[in-house]
Amino acid sequence: MSEQEARFLATVQAEQRIEPRDWMPDGYRATLIRQIAQHAHSEIIGMQPEGEWIAKAPSLRRKAILLAKVQDEAGHGLYLYAATETLGVDRAELTEKLISGRQKYSSIFNYPTLSYADVGVIGWLVDGAAICNQVPLCRTSYGPYARAMVRVCKEESFHQRQGYELLMTMMRGTQAQRDMVQDAVNRWWWPSLMMFGPPDSASSNTEQSMVWRIKRHTNDELRQKYVDMSVPQAKALGVTFPDPELRWNDERGQHDFGQPDWDDFWRVVKGGGPCNEQRIAHRKAAHEDGAWVREAAQAYAEKRNRQAGAA
Amino acid sequence: MNDSVYDGLSEEHADDARWAYGTGFHDELSGVDRDIPSGVDGADLGLYCQMLGDDALVLAQRLAEWCSRAPELEEDVALANIGLDLLGQARLLLTRAGEVDGTGRSEDDFAYLRPADQFRNLLLVELDCGPGPGGDFAVTMARLLVFSSFRLSLLYRLQSTVDPVIAAVAAKGVKELAYHRDHAAQWVLRLGDGTAESHRRMQAAVDRIWPYLDELYAPHPVVARLIEVDAAVDPADVRAEVEDTLHRVLRAATLSIPSPHRESGELSGRDGRHTPELAEVLGTMQELARSLPGAVW
Repeated sequence: MSEQEARFLATVQAEQRIEPRDWMPDGYRATLIRQIAQHAHSEIIGMQPEGEWIAKAPSLRRKAILLAKVQDEAGHGLYLYAATETLGVDRAELTEKLISGRQKYSSIFNYPTLSYADVGVIGWLVDGAAICNQVPLCRTSYGPYARAMVRVCKEESFHQRQGYELLMTMMRGTQAQRDMVQDAVNRWWWPSLMMFGPPDSASSNTEQSMVWRIKRHTNDELRQKYVDMSVPQAKALGVTFPDPELRWNDERGQHDFGQPDWDDFWRVVKGGGPCNEQRIAHRKAAHEDGAWVREAAQAYAEKRNRQAGAA
Repeated sequence: MNDSVYDGLSEEHADDARWAYGTGFHDELSGVDRDIPSGVDGADLGLYCQMLGDDALVLAQRLAEWCSRAPELEEDVALANIGLDLLGQARLLLTRAGEVDGTGRSEDDFAYLRPADQFRNLLLVELDCGPGPGGDFAVTMARLLVFSSFRLSLLYRLQSTVDPVIAAVAAKGVKELAYHRDHAAQWVLRLGDGTAESHRRMQAAVDRIWPYLDELYAPHPVVARLIEVDAAVDPADVRAEVEDTLHRVLRAATLSIPSPHRESGELSGRDGRHTPELAEVLGTMQELARSLPGAVW
């Protein structure tokens, strides 16, 4: 091990932060770029499933809450892309990789939103799972990522609360609304468990990322935490999770639960989910339709710079 | 694990303090006198609130169509932000409308239960300006420049109206509208004086939007009665100021200034005579709320 590498490892293992100008192993940089870009892409693609409901929101208060939430997601994407830029890549390059399918985003966004209850369930379960994944990242070893995550987590927590409050309200409404909520929970429960990634026995990146203090908990630890957190919330809400194996285990002091369909997980990751094509096509169209606007802004800025230089 | 953010989430839910933030919007007008000012007709005042509220609501709905479709992520954020400001104004104004017109209708009754011919917004805000085949980013910015310039001048004067609720909405709104106008003006400059293609598109956008300008300043009997009692602003009074702004921006953007007249004059948004584009917007907006009677949201 080189002296630089030894110093790097000592720094991360002492829970100190690596900053953009510090030396870092190439693998650490590449892992971070991959992970942060995937996270940024997820925020941006994640605008779509809920964004579809902004125009149709059933009250003006819900419209305002949802529009503000989707706006926050764009904001999260922006500061995560900014974090990747400290590692020597740029947003345009990452966007190209997203729309050409060379970089991934969270598979959860490849499922459709079929009713307004989905907006609430995404807030409660999907944002809830994201929070479980992301709170430990507030202490991740790379400084710019950790700092971005502090703000992201605060806002995600707000979104989770709002989603849950929508569901609480719907459960107090008509039977048709209660049925919508249970149906949405049935559809999103298993995909939300998949958000923690494959079981530890099949996760290729976990070990190295834990040594580098990028990750702090394994996929299975976080999944357990999420299940234990969600069960009492479901009870308070008056819904059930579609898992016959789900029960409290007194010995472990945790819930036992069934495994998601991992074959389905890999199928969706590889592009076979119900909305993969639609999500990428939407992002690609927005990016391409806006090219003339970005070019104009660039040309205008260059003209202004030339005029300032000539003056 | 010492990750208190989600530990807190697994506790009971009755207690708001366990969550990072609350979920409601605080009442921005708390403490404002809500009586109808003496000498003002409540039905007239209600219609005026609908005019001002519908302008904001319909444009907010249009701007939100850009969300996830904007040319840059910064623009997704900015357009959503402007939409949220306008939606906030609309909610306060429509609530006021139901309070003063004697019907007791809520903001949602106005938004979701009225047919298109009861909407009082200007034609300008209902037009499909994109994204999609109905327009593009240039038309969206041309409309936003016109609308925000007009509404800023209107709200500036409405700060001293005798209706304390409209005055409070106006006082808050002028700060928002000043930002909206600045944002739109900057884009009109960039696009007008950017590339050959953006110049062509920006000029076409201005040509498409300008014929809807005359309607902004048209007299209306309800507004005329309210002007008499200092409860409304005469839109004709802001014309010179608005046109001065618009013309300065267009000239700086190397664009030519089209005529503000429309040939066909039978439509009038303030009287509920709209283009078919409003019915399309409302069809989408109202569909879910109307499909589940008795539901609570």
